[in-house]
Amino acid sequence: MLAGDAPGGSLVRPYTMTRGRTRPSDFGPPLDMITIVVAARGRDDRPLEPEQREIVRLCRRPISVAEISARLDVPLTVVKVLLGDLVAEGDVRTRAAVPVTQLPEKKVLQAVLDGIRRL
Amino acid sequence: MASADSETRPGAREPLQQEPIPQAVKIIVAGGFGAGKTTMVGSVSEIAPLSTEELMTEASYGVDDTGGVEDKTTTTVALDFGRITINEDIVLYLFGTPGQDRFWFMWDELSEGALGAVVLADTRRLDTCFHAVDFFERRGVPFVVAVNRFDGADDYRVEEVREALDVTEGVPILLADARVRESCKEVLVELVTHVLRVRSPALSG
Repeated sequence: MLAGDAPGGSLVRPYTMTRGRTRPSDFGPPLDMITIVVAARGRDDRPLEPEQREIVRLCRRPISVAEISARLDVPLTVVKVLLGDLVAEGDVRTRAAVPVTQLPEKKVLQAVLDGIRRL
Repeated sequence: MASADSETRPGAREPLQQEPIPQAVKIIVAGGFGAGKTTMVGSVSEIAPLSTEELMTEASYGVDDTGGVEDKTTTTVALDFGRITINEDIVLYLFGTPGQDRFWFMWDELSEGALGAVVLADTRRLDTCFHAVDFFERRGVPFVVAVNRFDGADDYRVEEVREALDVTEGVPILLADARVRESCKEVLVELVTHVLRVRSPALSG
């Protein structure tokens, strides 16, 4: 059997949810595994697909793209496509991780160090 | 410069007192299969380690009688990770690298923007972390080596490990127990201290 025959626990072909799209739309920011996503306020009235509704529900508190993928048992690439649509519609807001080309700020590193020491 | 946040996109919907969004940073926990990566992540994470899957389309080559026939298959790569909330504004994610060598390509995406890495060395199979050491050295990702002390494993001295792995004096090596929270904390403190030290000439703020 091919490893690709059993993607996670879902019986649905993964890209069915994205209507065959394997990449997010070009609109909006690129989504990383640790981009943080949060539901926008005042958007409860909009009708959404079931998967999108699940994502928005998870995003009531800030949550990473990887965590959404893990909690919904939906592959990262699929989550990124669904999120791209939600970002484009203004249903969720995102904050990117530190850009690749930049080093984290010293104050961020210091805060991380202090935070680990407090564990 | 273009921002990668959705906040700043032009024509964005009028915000309704939207709360600030925390920023995420990540640390990679690398090592060979069975070196204790997920155990270490679980020891310090505030949530039970989660697993996410990435779909990969890869060319596969026939190894049976169809010999030489090239085909495309979709493969899933599982990544285990944990989370530590540092403060209101910063969330730290710890990602274990996929154990199998064939998922080597995932390391590029994982290491992008990573604060640093822990290479977990298994003294029973030190050679399994050669790849990781090599990768982080080449990519310029600061790392420390944590020698996971398994029950019954020979007690290595740090200097023996340094020699075997051929890492310079500048790279901290410490003994650790991936099952013990305090020990894993110590490894992470050592790593971030090391990152601050090596990065400080170039750091802003």
